[in-house]
Amino acid sequence: MTGAGMEPAKVDRIFQALGDPTRRAILDALSRQPSSVSDLARPLDMSLAAVVQHIQALEESGLVRTEKQGRVRTCHLMPETFATAERWLSERRTLWERRLDRLGALLDEEENG
Amino acid sequence: MSDPTVTHGNFTIVRHYKASPAKAFDAFRDPAKKRRWFAESTGFHVDSFDMDFRVGGTERACFRFVADKPIEEGTPCINDTVYMDIVEDARIVNAYTMTVGEARISSSLATVEFLPDGTGSKLIFTEQAAFFAGGDGIEMRRQGWEDLIERLARFLEGTL
Repeated sequence: MTGAGMEPAKVDRIFQALGDPTRRAILDALSRQPSSVSDLARPLDMSLAAVVQHIQALEESGLVRTEKQGRVRTCHLMPETFATAERWLSERRTLWERRLDRLGALLDEEENG
Repeated sequence: MSDPTVTHGNFTIVRHYKASPAKAFDAFRDPAKKRRWFAESTGFHVDSFDMDFRVGGTERACFRFVADKPIEEGTPCINDTVYMDIVEDARIVNAYTMTVGEARISSSLATVEFLPDGTGSKLIFTEQAAFFAGGDGIEMRRQGWEDLIERLARFLEGTL
């Protein structure tokens, strides 16, 4: 585990940030390379102000970090934040998905037998 | 092991079953049935499974990892549960801690709701978990960013 300093509400903010297609598109673009805010805005069909708001939400969640160099603000992905939430939750969820599949099979067996 | 970070996370899984809420509930109450769907899984060997299904009662499942896991083969894993609330055919709330090897990796509140759904039932499972950093020994599996984002998107859409 990385020392990302996950306070209680942090995971909620991560999943909230990810629950929007525009923000996922921004993350997708940043997964290829760090980009400026204006480069990120170009392919998106919305105002620069709206894009800035999405980037702020991503930054608050810890998924993205931005740095101002002169007049250009550059955005980067923050790998530690992804790994923490994704790993724990998806593993635990998968465990229970499998259990509830087996429960369904057992109940079907009882219904039919 | 020295990292004190705790990560909190919640998730909910909804399932529809042809069986009635009473029959689904019974699969949680009957130790032989619960052992089959809860404990017996490929990749694990079940050493023991004991449960005392009443409020304040405990349940302990002891497993060992057998193959194809990121954890070393034979590592013991214990699932310790305390029943907090039971409403016949309608609701079960328990608190459980998972221990892998010597380390506790998480403590959770798990709520199972059984609702009528036509002639069958709708089961809602909600877990509110505190994951303890550094306790699991699982190597972080680095993947491409696109793959991670895709999985997260599917997770959010409930298809993972």
